[in-house]
Amino acid sequence: MAYQVFEEGGFSVIHLSGEIDLSNSPDVRRLVLDTLAQDRNSLVDLSAVTYIDSSGVASLVEGYQTARNRGLRFGLVNVSAAALSVLQLAHLDKVFPIQPSVQAFLGSDA
Amino acid sequence: MAAERLFEMRLAARPDRLRLLRCTLRDAASLAGLASDEVERVVLAANEACMNIIQHAYKDQADGEVVVEAIDNDVDLELRFIDFAPPINASACRPRDLGDVRPGGLGTHFMQEVMDEVRYSRLEADDGNCLVMKKYKNK
Repeated sequence: MAYQVFEEGGFSVIHLSGEIDLSNSPDVRRLVLDTLAQDRNSLVDLSAVTYIDSSGVASLVEGYQTARNRGLRFGLVNVSAAALSVLQLAHLDKVFPIQPSVQAFLGSDA
Repeated sequence: MAAERLFEMRLAARPDRLRLLRCTLRDAASLAGLASDEVERVVLAANEACMNIIQHAYKDQADGEVVVEAIDNDVDLELRFIDFAPPINASACRPRDLGDVRPGGLGTHFMQEVMDEVRYSRLEADDGNCLVMKKYKNK
């Protein structure tokens, strides 16, 4: 798993790539929570995620809940087919704000 | 066709070994004739099963081992996971309410949702646990 964080439209965008499993999901969790701890609205770009398991999903859920508790915006963008199928299996595709791109998210009211 | 053992692997019960299982099983499930989308779901279920063993059976101790077998039974793909940990509480291995959005607890749901059979037992010698999961073909 690799990542990049950049700023776009007032959001911190966390771009993840590769496989997210129990060996690296604690890193994802820390990355997301550290970004939110800076009071940054945050988006996670999953376009290059080729696999994600329940521990990776849990990191995203924790980010979502932390953002809500802090009054911040949080969502997922560019969700790959592999990641989306897992979110659907977890019935979380209707819970997370999901948009096809950062620009689309900025234009939404999510 | 007689049952065919596609692979048997003995893994260290560590998070950084999960990828090895996924790569091997991906090929085996394809060989067994599962469709590509089903292959990925079975790989996810197996990953979750192994993850549960690491986290809950061995409680993240680094020296545990897991034996994984994949058997093509013609009508189904059978996966066996054997660990050598203390007894688990099989009745606690149930999916949680997904309406309760919170981190964790999704692995058992994935296993039950993807696989057609999920069965836990204690090894006869009482020195470990066995999880058998089956995915029927042509469903």
